[in-house]
Amino acid sequence: MKRNQVISAIIAVVFIILPLVVTSDYYRHLAILALMWVVIGGSWNLLAGYTGQISFGHAIFFGTGAYTAGILADKLGTSAWLGMALGGFTAVLAGLVIGFICFRLRGPYFALATIAAGEICRLIAVNWESLTNGMVGVLLIQTFRSKLPYYYVALALAAASLLVFNLVMKSKWGFYFVSIREDQDAAESLGINAALYKNLSLAISAFFTGTAGAFYMNYMAFIDPEVVFSLPYISIMAILVAIIGGVATIWGPAVGALIMVGIQETFRSAIFGLAPKWVSQSHALVFGLMVIFVILYLANGVVGDWPKIKRLVVRSR
Amino acid sequence: MVGASMAFFEAQEIGKTFGGLKALSDVSFTVNQGEIFGLIGPNGAGKTTIFNLINHYYPLTSGDILFKGKSIKGMKTYQICHLGIGRTFQVVKPLKRLTVLENVMASAFCRVNTFKEARELALDTLEFCNLMSEKEKPAKSLPIAGRKRLEITRALATQPELLLLDETAAGLNPAELDEAIELILKMRDKGVTIIIIEHLMKVIMTISDRIHCINYGRTIAEGTPAEVANNPEVIEAYLGESYA
Repeated sequence: MKRNQVISAIIAVVFIILPLVVTSDYYRHLAILALMWVVIGGSWNLLAGYTGQISFGHAIFFGTGAYTAGILADKLGTSAWLGMALGGFTAVLAGLVIGFICFRLRGPYFALATIAAGEICRLIAVNWESLTNGMVGVLLIQTFRSKLPYYYVALALAAASLLVFNLVMKSKWGFYFVSIREDQDAAESLGINAALYKNLSLAISAFFTGTAGAFYMNYMAFIDPEVVFSLPYISIMAILVAIIGGVATIWGPAVGALIMVGIQETFRSAIFGLAPKWVSQSHALVFGLMVIFVILYLANGVVGDWPKIKRLVVRSR
Repeated sequence: MVGASMAFFEAQEIGKTFGGLKALSDVSFTVNQGEIFGLIGPNGAGKTTIFNLINHYYPLTSGDILFKGKSIKGMKTYQICHLGIGRTFQVVKPLKRLTVLENVMASAFCRVNTFKEARELALDTLEFCNLMSEKEKPAKSLPIAGRKRLEITRALATQPELLLLDETAAGLNPAELDEAIELILKMRDKGVTIIIIEHLMKVIMTISDRIHCINYGRTIAEGTPAEVANNPEVIEAYLGESYA
């Protein structure tokens, strides 16, 4: 308990100091994206890893949050930061609608329904042009020119999400989430209102994902439906972040976010310009290979299987 | 308090139809507070169906169920648990990847709200059920006797007034069987009313105050263990007509 707190504090200090040491805008940008994915991966993990409701639709919440901030600023002229405060709540509303419909299904059927829901949301954003500008997207003017403020907002968001997930998982709610994952029928007979707690888990998950989406709008200053409602680049990426890092662990998705953003960028930039250009097209392939590797050798992710990794390293020495 | 005229638990002509199949028809019985009430019958007679109706695993087709004088018809499974009716499953349903302690804590949260209180209640219940030595083990590592015991411990941690035990003795060896009987009697002495489904005559005949026997979804006998054991219809259902 104490040791964990010390480690958390050290990590926090390192991340607070990091952008002061790393002054390159490019690396700061990567750090901001990684922190954003810490939030999204952790959110997915709460719903899927802990509560057992596998979602292929987290882009719904990300996109809803992003468009909340974007539309408020674009149509009503309010600050996009107001949108960031509200993005989480609109995502929760979207989540409750999705939950109302999809939670009637269990297991793989729920997962399939979330894919459909995600694609429906993307198509709505594409076609409801009067509200979303359709494929033209929403363009804002960034509040800050420096990356530094964005970095600290992202860091605060990531820290808040980790803190909340940690507190939730140590409480009654956490026990109930895991019980539902393990056996929903047994959970019900032990007095657990499965419908209520699945929706609570979904609401928390959607809140942080939506806030991350609204932050993305603020930071990138441009969104379109194919970016923020993307099945591969948001929904699937959220799953990969959690799986690579370690499903149903607090720190897993955080570690997974750093790894995934690092790998994605390494390949997207064709190993920082050193490799031929076709390598930049191959990051999806590398993701695929990584998932296969993790499933075969580290089924619990990097954090979940950390003792195993440590043993291997010690033995090979 | 339960009034003299009001039964503690009452099933009134309960029936269940699955499609065209009548699984249960017009079964009625009352259970008094503090007794162990046995429910017997050949395989497929509808015993587990009765439990599934009581805790609303699925809805009643006909009839009504009263707990402490109030109808629980239409209440949700989790609400029935909060009301004070716990149950165990014949096919045990441990929360596999959680430890034994965490399993019991999850159910203790039915009555308390903080981590600390849930832990205390869970530890007390584990102590009561003699499962303390296993508390840090993952539930999936327990052998069948341990899993059955965990099933009871977990149900008990929801602090039920009425406990439904579904074949908790099945699959146990003689030594484990004696321990199971001891635990059931200990729970009764603590004030928990018990309805038990059991195939093992050694168990059901020794611990039950009264027994209700059903066959093909209908009541065929009810009475003390001795009365039921000597009832020709019961003997016929169990051993065939030539023995009756």
